[in-house]
Amino acid sequence: MTTATDALMPYDEVLERFDPVLGLEVHVELGTATKMFCGCPTAFGAPPNTQVCPTCLGLPGSLPVVNGVAVESAVRIGLALNCTIVDWCRFARKNYFYPDIPKNFQISQYDEPIAVDGRFDIELEDGATFRVRIERAHMEEDTGKSLHVGGSTGRIHGAEYSLLDYNRAGVPLIEIVTKPITGTGARAPEVARVYVAALRDVLRGLGVSDVRMDQGSLRCDANVSLMPKGATEFGTRTETKNVNSLRSVERAVRHEMQRQAAVLAAGGTVVQETRHFDENTGFTRPGRVKETAEDYRYFPEPDLVPVAPDTEWVIGLRKALPEPPAERRRRVQTDWDLSDLELRDMVNAGALDLITATVDAGAPAAQARSWWMSYLSQEANTRGIELAELPITPVEVARVVALVAEGGLTNNLARQVVDGVLAGEGTPDEVVESRGLAVVSDDSSLVAAVDEALAAQPDVVEKVRGGKVAAAGAIVGAVMKATGGKADAKRVRELVLERCAQ
Amino acid sequence: MNELVRSTASELAALIHSGEVSSAEVTRMHLERIAAVDPEIHAFLHVAGDAALSTAAEVDAALAAGEQPRSPLAGVPLALKDVFTTVDMPTTCGSKILDGWQPPYDATVTARLRAAGVVILGKTNMDEFAMGSSTEHSAFGPTRNPWDTRRVPGGSGGGSAASLAAFEAPLAMGTDTGGSIRQPAALTGTVGVKPTYGGVSRYGLVACASSLDQAGPCARTVLDAALLHEVLAGHDPLDSTSIDEPVPAVVDAVRRGAQGDLRGLRVGMVKEFAGDGYQPGVQGAYRAALDQLSALGAELVEVSCPHFDYALAAYYLILPSEVSSNLARFDGMRYGLRVDNGAATAEEVMAATREAGFGAEAKRRIMLGTYALSSGYYEAYYGQAQKVRTLISRDFTAAFTKADVLVSPTAPTTAFPIGEKVDDPLAMYLNDLCTIPANMAGNTAMSVPAGLAEEDGLPVGLQIMAPALGEAVMYRVAAAFEAARDAAEGGPLFRRVPGLEVPA
Repeated sequence: MTTATDALMPYDEVLERFDPVLGLEVHVELGTATKMFCGCPTAFGAPPNTQVCPTCLGLPGSLPVVNGVAVESAVRIGLALNCTIVDWCRFARKNYFYPDIPKNFQISQYDEPIAVDGRFDIELEDGATFRVRIERAHMEEDTGKSLHVGGSTGRIHGAEYSLLDYNRAGVPLIEIVTKPITGTGARAPEVARVYVAALRDVLRGLGVSDVRMDQGSLRCDANVSLMPKGATEFGTRTETKNVNSLRSVERAVRHEMQRQAAVLAAGGTVVQETRHFDENTGFTRPGRVKETAEDYRYFPEPDLVPVAPDTEWVIGLRKALPEPPAERRRRVQTDWDLSDLELRDMVNAGALDLITATVDAGAPAAQARSWWMSYLSQEANTRGIELAELPITPVEVARVVALVAEGGLTNNLARQVVDGVLAGEGTPDEVVESRGLAVVSDDSSLVAAVDEALAAQPDVVEKVRGGKVAAAGAIVGAVMKATGGKADAKRVRELVLERCAQ
Repeated sequence: MNELVRSTASELAALIHSGEVSSAEVTRMHLERIAAVDPEIHAFLHVAGDAALSTAAEVDAALAAGEQPRSPLAGVPLALKDVFTTVDMPTTCGSKILDGWQPPYDATVTARLRAAGVVILGKTNMDEFAMGSSTEHSAFGPTRNPWDTRRVPGGSGGGSAASLAAFEAPLAMGTDTGGSIRQPAALTGTVGVKPTYGGVSRYGLVACASSLDQAGPCARTVLDAALLHEVLAGHDPLDSTSIDEPVPAVVDAVRRGAQGDLRGLRVGMVKEFAGDGYQPGVQGAYRAALDQLSALGAELVEVSCPHFDYALAAYYLILPSEVSSNLARFDGMRYGLRVDNGAATAEEVMAATREAGFGAEAKRRIMLGTYALSSGYYEAYYGQAQKVRTLISRDFTAAFTKADVLVSPTAPTTAFPIGEKVDDPLAMYLNDLCTIPANMAGNTAMSVPAGLAEEDGLPVGLQIMAPALGEAVMYRVAAAFEAARDAAEGGPLFRRVPGLEVPA
């Protein structure tokens, strides 16, 4: 059995000798309120087996009923990926035995998917556009979750017992499958990552899923094969699962290229198999070994009638699609007058949606950008998470910007407010209140503080009166110190000058 | 025998609703009858006496309070095939693998019966997962035919049919995948109706073959079947294949038909369903039925449905394919039987459970279906069979341009001795030759008692088939025929069930 000690070929050498071919299968858990074929809720994180019914438990006699909202989401995803939406399609049963699949078959789509033949243009880091062709997008139901207890691998083999949670069983999934992606050369890992990221942006824009890779609502299986330079026939592929972040997508593809190249260079053959990506080591390891090829015995699901999307309905959905992210980026670049580099930085930081939403919530573009691209980006880096995962919303950032604009906060105080929001202390207004961060704008209390400072430094007062206006800084500093930084420095300076002039 | 248990459902309903007899009394009489004869007949797998009496008491109380009956069958007892889920009774489907399983939900059929105030007496025996034509494939032992207890009552719904013929219940529920309502009706001299596919909800009906299964009424008279039909039928949002159309007015059709005038109606005799394979007494009773229909004014025409010859072969590819998938869920992981045998893995537990839990016929069909759906064989088997299915539908469509209803014998033979065919699957399968096409095409069909076979004195059924949603014309013909036959023979056939007297 191969282990994490697999030999790897240096990446440059891989590219000298082989061309990679990718195939990406992305599973999206839809954010519908109810499951694909029953009325059970889909909320993540509920206690085990509390969101189940006869249908999603596959009890004898139960029957599935298609979730119309899920079909609508599937059509919208298909349209957003420039697919053809078929006039008529069916569900099929994929038969296999496994304890987390209650009926021992999964209702999926096989040779009659709802959306076919799409294309999706993605923008690589250097600004080049790469076209990914979409084979199909189809609907299916998710499986339950197994927790294998005991044993060293956390897998079913060797486990003492297994726990099953069927809350996820029946949650609607859309599987988006690319055609073989060729011609990427060295950029295969980047193409894989950018494709998934771009797909995530589109899905988020459609509002069909919360697309959280960490929670499994967006999952990517990466098929990788190599063919010798100049060959036209694809090599044997492996399918790597358990790729739970964008960075992992890139690492997994790169690793598989290096591993397969080493196998081939040593005269071996690549085994067609499912492999699992290990986030810790960056290696892939083989999944369960099958003695025989899996035969899923697909046949049309007899408990469901065909799905025939109405043409007018589809046209309506197409018209109502949100602006594609790529087009939106071009528009934003013009509107906000950004350089290519500035735009790319924003996109790469995953900040575009957040900044746009902040602007939509009333903040000027420059300030919105500044918050997300500097202070909050640093915070995300420190925490090692995506910008979007910071516990602050665009609306909250916009509120902080507004408080500054109204004179209620200084920039320094604003950062403290943001820190408070990030620390979970509540909304910006609540943080201002609880931390007592409001700018002291009541002149009477300020005047008292100014007078006190003037009285304490008569020599400075003389200098100011003598025309050395810059000397006022010392008094302003004292006032700021006395007010704990809550005073508006500009106003303090005005007051100091006023009082000195009297 | 108490006369109440010999009464029809409509007669009992009239007595109960007019206050002459209580539902409790009627229910008690039937429970007594079950206690007396079921040890021999074995129609029931579970008798729910207390629950039945409590339902009856509720109906009686509502009537006593001056309420209108909840349905035309409120207070009338019924025997439920053990394939419908029931929250208050086990549901085994005649299989060891579900022995003792008590579902957490009611089938739509169960719920509709309850809502109609029908008194559910218990659950009836059946071939395991509705696969069989004799009820010998029940894991809990065979049911005996009340006409001759050495013989089978047909299957898979032999328990329901026998309960009617043994006067244990005036109404029963069946499911018909290839004839499981109609063939037992024929073999027990009762009435059985397979509604149009989608006419009655399949929600909570434990699936045999999803695209063929259809629940329907069983009774001793055509009117009773029609009354039950109207309680059951109608759209159910929980079943995607349920038809969202008005329920055909079958009770009206029966009342019209009973007036005995079939003039202007064309009855098509299916040419392919006659000849050598048919027992002479069956042919004789069938010919007599045709004469009867002709005497009622119907125009007899011969129709040919050439692809019906391939129906059985195609059926035994489609059915097992769906069965192999539908029965996959019985694996010991969540409910029902679990056989461990010291197994080390989940897969081994699944295998051991299925090995021990399924009977021979279930295993045979699971194997057949698994094979038929396998990669490389799918097109040759399942794919081809689906094409035959389409051709059968076309045959029906063409035939229904020439005739309003089609007729044939329901089964090629009368009830056969227990044990005769149980080890000869092909001979057993041939019993469903005439009933299978309607399941393949999805149209409606029923069996009504035609008479007794000359050579063995056992009942023969007349099958009447109509187009999809053509229940009204089918029931009309059945009612006209029943009335004419009863008049000619001096009473209904079921009155002639021999023996079965309650021991003193």
